[in-house]
Amino acid sequence: MADTVVKKARGAVVIIDERCKGCGFCIEFCPTKCLEFSSQYNSKGYHPPILARKDDCTGCNICGTVCPDFAIYGFMKKKE
Amino acid sequence: MQDESGVLTGAHFIDGDHACSEGAIAAGCRFVAGYPITPSTEVVERIAERFPFVGGVFIQMEDEIASSIAIQGAVWAGKKAMTVTSGPGFSLMMEHIGYAAMTETPCVFVNVQRAGPSTGLPTMPAQGDMMQARWGSHGDYGIIALCPNSPQECFDFTIKAFNLAEQFRVPVMLMMDECVGHMIERVVIPPPNEIKVFKRRYYRGKKKDFLPFKPEKDLVPPMIKAGDGYRFHVTGLTHDEKGYPSMTVGTQAKLVTRLSDKLKVNEDKIIEYREDGVESAELIVITYGITSRTAIPAIEQARKEGMKIGHLRLITAWPFPAKRIHELASKVKAFVVPELNLGQMVYEVERHAGSGVKVEPVSHAGGTVHDPKEIYTAIHRLMKG
Amino acid sequence: MADDVLYTVEAGVPQNPIEDLLRMDRIPHIWCPGCGIGSTVNCFIRGLQASGLDLDKVAVVSGIGCTGRVAGYLKLDSFHTTHGRAIPFATGLKLANPELKVVVYSGDGDLIAIGGNHFIHAARRNMDMTVILINNMIYGMTGGQVAPTTPISATASTMPHGNYEPAFNLPHLAESCGAVYVARWTTFHVRHIIKSVKEALLKKGFSFIEIFASCPTLYSRRNKLGDGLDQMIYFQENSEIKNGADTKSVGVDFQGKIIVGKFVDIERPVYHEAMYGHLKEKYGEEYMPSDEIKEFISGQNGD
Repeated sequence: MADTVVKKARGAVVIIDERCKGCGFCIEFCPTKCLEFSSQYNSKGYHPPILARKDDCTGCNICGTVCPDFAIYGFMKKKE
Repeated sequence: MQDESGVLTGAHFIDGDHACSEGAIAAGCRFVAGYPITPSTEVVERIAERFPFVGGVFIQMEDEIASSIAIQGAVWAGKKAMTVTSGPGFSLMMEHIGYAAMTETPCVFVNVQRAGPSTGLPTMPAQGDMMQARWGSHGDYGIIALCPNSPQECFDFTIKAFNLAEQFRVPVMLMMDECVGHMIERVVIPPPNEIKVFKRRYYRGKKKDFLPFKPEKDLVPPMIKAGDGYRFHVTGLTHDEKGYPSMTVGTQAKLVTRLSDKLKVNEDKIIEYREDGVESAELIVITYGITSRTAIPAIEQARKEGMKIGHLRLITAWPFPAKRIHELASKVKAFVVPELNLGQMVYEVERHAGSGVKVEPVSHAGGTVHDPKEIYTAIHRLMKG
Repeated sequence: MADDVLYTVEAGVPQNPIEDLLRMDRIPHIWCPGCGIGSTVNCFIRGLQASGLDLDKVAVVSGIGCTGRVAGYLKLDSFHTTHGRAIPFATGLKLANPELKVVVYSGDGDLIAIGGNHFIHAARRNMDMTVILINNMIYGMTGGQVAPTTPISATASTMPHGNYEPAFNLPHLAESCGAVYVARWTTFHVRHIIKSVKEALLKKGFSFIEIFASCPTLYSRRNKLGDGLDQMIYFQENSEIKNGADTKSVGVDFQGKIIVGKFVDIERPVYHEAMYGHLKEKYGEEYMPSDEIKEFISGQNGD
């Protein structure tokens, strides 16, 4: 369940499910712990991450830097 | 002082090793990596002496393995390059002969042969690396090997080696031996404009259409070099025309067949031999390198005695002039093959001569050259026996 | 290309900038789930981009093995050479055209076992290249054999009873042979790697970065250390950053503490400059360097 306190979203991630090999590096090392394993499988049978807590993502791109499979990257959203 | 071409035009009294160095400079070679080994060392010593004044870079690497791959790095950066060694070093270079063949890196390997196996007889001649030159690296591929018999030819054939390497994108071996390497004779170096130098065949088309290993009509792909924005990939793995690894039966068949075929379809442009009196001969002596000189007194003696003896001298040991040997086999009763080894090229002669003709090796374990009498005895026995 | 349809990003969402430097038609790569090599490539590209170097003039040379495959994934002039021989190939590239920024990217077995001789000599010569060594403490591609970097007591397929050979302390080896820049990180230290890659690329001379990376399939599993993520957590919990540490003191024991940081950053004459300088001084106008060396040196001097 989403947090009851809604923070202003600052970042987001792009996840390329099919490249993911499910190592979990992005989930473990996300500074705000906003990623989780998806319950879905990709076609190779791995669980890719999902952005479970959108409001917590800062777009810091640690996930994108640590990912060994080039399957995720974060970015800052432009202020609306 | 020589001009920028570095060509030392004029008549010189030098040994085969030094003539080889001058040949390399005249051919446009500007990168040499080597490791000291007798009897080839004089080649790199002269290169080291001369290169600072002709725009070349010489480096003495930590071993022959390093030398034989450093030259390939230099080739992919745009230089003509060679390495120089003798038996034990040649053994160490085998993997990179395979790499040059697989990646179609034009480069020259000079092997001033000495007697082996192993450390063998340093500074004493042999021709024991002829099969190794052809087959020494694992897998199927083709190479070109040239056999000079004089300092003049060490100069001429080094240029030829570079030209063939560039034309067909293969490693070319210059198979000298200690005798030829250390023999001092007159060497005439022509003016630069009389020296035929084959320029690297660079790709000239559009960058976006470029496939680094897509052959032209003669099965040879054009070259490119690092730093020109192609962002190309080179690998020793089985690769497709893009240069990408592709480990499939189909890619392997296509690539390896082409690597071999590019020499086969062009063999008329590559194969060279010299013939003397073969048309009327009843027996032909087949020689290469230094044995082409030791055989002459034997042939002359036999001719004086009325025997019809021909002489066929291989300039290219590889590719081997199979068709010519096959043709001649039907006209003569025997081939005599003197070699400074216990029988190597003689197998090739046997293979292509067929069963109707006698093929006689005149083997020598190396350390010195044949006594012409040994060759004469074989001729005499076959003609009169 | 298949990749064009793999994913699309919404309008306004940036593309992943590292993809500019990857051969996307070869992704996904061959590395195992949880292998750290991909992470290092990810960081390398970011460091390279941060360096501001002309990417058309950057060449990457790899040897053989898992890390040896890196060259094939980078969209640069790239060479996948023979086992252990990336450094001498790179030496030829560099001396033939010093304008090229030459990067050697290979594994511990490749660069230090079979290629050890070349490593020490390139460092001694201060050959201008950046060597990125991925240390997974094992031979991965061939099936988990002992490496010269396998810690004592770790198990390998050719050390089935536990390793009793001491491992190399690579920063110490590199420094003692003459490397001018030596740093060590683990795949946990992504930001540090990016910074180090940038520094090493901009450093003249033999620069060396060792990066510890997980090998879940052949190192962690055999040693009952869990998967790639467990190895990453080990890196996180057991690494200590000590910039400027004495490299003698940075050896690594089995699952022990890993001292990371930038250890060496010194100046020493670079090979091709020393060659040029020496011959120029000795022979003056008579010396004829290659066009590439002449242009490169005069470009550097701002002539």
